[in-house]
Amino acid sequence: MELTRMTAAELSAALATSEVSATEVTQAHLDRIAAVDDRVHAFLHIAADSALAQAADVDQRRATGEQLAPLAGVPVAVKDVFTTKNMPTTCGSRILDGWHPPYDATITRRLKQAGAIILGKTNMDEFAMGSSTENSAFGPSRNPWDLDKIPGGSSGGSAAAVAAYEAPLAIGTDTGGSIRQPAAVCGIVGTKPTYGGSSRYGVVAFASSLDTPGPFGRTVLDAALLHEAISGHDPMDSTSIDAPVPPVVAAAREADVSGMRIGVVTDLSGDGYQPGVLSRFAEAVELLESLGAKVTEVSCPHFKYALPAYYLIAPSECSSNLARFDAMRYGLRVGDDGTRDAEEVMALTREAGFGAEVKRRIILGAYALSSGYYDAYYGKAQQVRTLIIRDFDAAFGQVDVLVSPATPTTAFPLGERADDPMAMYLADLCTIPSDLAGNAAISVPCGLAAEDGLPVGLQVMAPALADDRLYRVAAAAEAAFAGRWGQPLLASAKGLGA
Amino acid sequence: MPITRDEVAHLARLSRIALSDAELDHLAPQLDQIITAVAQVQEVAAEGIPPTSHATGLTNVFRADEPVPCLTPEEALAQAPAVERQRFKVPRILGED
Repeated sequence: MELTRMTAAELSAALATSEVSATEVTQAHLDRIAAVDDRVHAFLHIAADSALAQAADVDQRRATGEQLAPLAGVPVAVKDVFTTKNMPTTCGSRILDGWHPPYDATITRRLKQAGAIILGKTNMDEFAMGSSTENSAFGPSRNPWDLDKIPGGSSGGSAAAVAAYEAPLAIGTDTGGSIRQPAAVCGIVGTKPTYGGSSRYGVVAFASSLDTPGPFGRTVLDAALLHEAISGHDPMDSTSIDAPVPPVVAAAREADVSGMRIGVVTDLSGDGYQPGVLSRFAEAVELLESLGAKVTEVSCPHFKYALPAYYLIAPSECSSNLARFDAMRYGLRVGDDGTRDAEEVMALTREAGFGAEVKRRIILGAYALSSGYYDAYYGKAQQVRTLIIRDFDAAFGQVDVLVSPATPTTAFPLGERADDPMAMYLADLCTIPSDLAGNAAISVPCGLAAEDGLPVGLQVMAPALADDRLYRVAAAAEAAFAGRWGQPLLASAKGLGA
Repeated sequence: MPITRDEVAHLARLSRIALSDAELDHLAPQLDQIITAVAQVQEVAAEGIPPTSHATGLTNVFRADEPVPCLTPEEALAQAPAVERQRFKVPRILGED
């Protein structure tokens, strides 16, 4: 039994019958990390000792006959934006280098309570701003399909860890596409749950009205298992929705789209889209139709303004949220030599502690919010947000889910867009509308682009709190593709050798 | 040119970021390009369209005001850059005069 090749669902079943121990499963993944992470660089911190201690605890509890949650003993990698007690949390930034938060994020706590084994903290674009992990202060992660390509971002370390079999599951956050885009370019499954469906307490804030934690897995069912484990109302997050968790695991098991109405968003295609992405997407739509779905075309005319609206709203919120990094109570402090006042020390610390993209966005946000420009930029972007929500409302009046490519292109070479912000921002063209509307969306692999042999993601979008529909459609597509391909897509990934 | 180098320098000062001249030279044209692109939102006729600040529609979320355990002073100060007599020690905030 090759433990690192097993899905979380398979591991869960083997653990439940004591076929394997949590200690064996954890050690196998730590060994895999030791073998490949010098090439992938998915992790910023590997928590071997605490992972093995957690595993021993799970094994001991199971031995006493205690009924454990489905993920008990299953390893998970956690994006370095979630606070973790007794473990560093850097957000990929020098300004938090060495910071050990005094409390656990709600999602960290729920993972621990479920008995999931936290392997460590994964690399990310600094403060979740980016689409490639190249904005990490600690160097980029690499795509397991081709080590010279980006793994996507900002949750690129989490996606790369799962695609490289370093972890069966990982947690990320999605603000403009930071789960779905890396999932798509690494050939795995990633979900942005409904905004408010998963708690932001202890998630270091980037853009609070958009930030949404969610799962990565190699299969749709695995993502659903993790989705269910982390979701649900949290009184510690005032934007958390007090409603039952949608039945995502049941939907992933049913995997039935017969009679479902699926809308193809015509506005998410055309110029700027790679031909190999569009042809795989078209095949996926045909496949869903052949499974009994009713497919129609739907227009969302304001989606073309989603990217510009996002790059006003997200930086505005970022400029406010990141004001907390003031060198006074925690984190880096630079230039405090007894002669400088607090404001000089703040400015020197933020200059030394933040990378180029974070500085760009803070300044952009300060501009969009400044008196005289507020109405023309931030105010207008908020109105566009309303129009995008209305587009979705109209579309969901006609269909049950919407589909599009998850990204306009496959993984691009490291370095290609690193200093070209507008080109980098285009990577999130298809994913941003769902963030602005706060609804739910998933990316599921739908094949390899003919021109470069790299994975393509199919995006499915559903109304808020109808997250189960994502899993129903994605699981149906996954099963049908598996029949066609004869093996999981990820079996073709050769970046780390056969 | 929607944003000048001087405006970027001013915004950086307001944002408490001590940008170097070289960074200003690099950032100012990039920000100009970004602002030109995002200004597309102004093309949308949005007369009478209400703004959306967040998507859940939740307003005024309350909870019972009950004391719960919180961080000890030691925990709260453990990550501070400088501490004195169980307080955060910070650089001076007022001038000499």
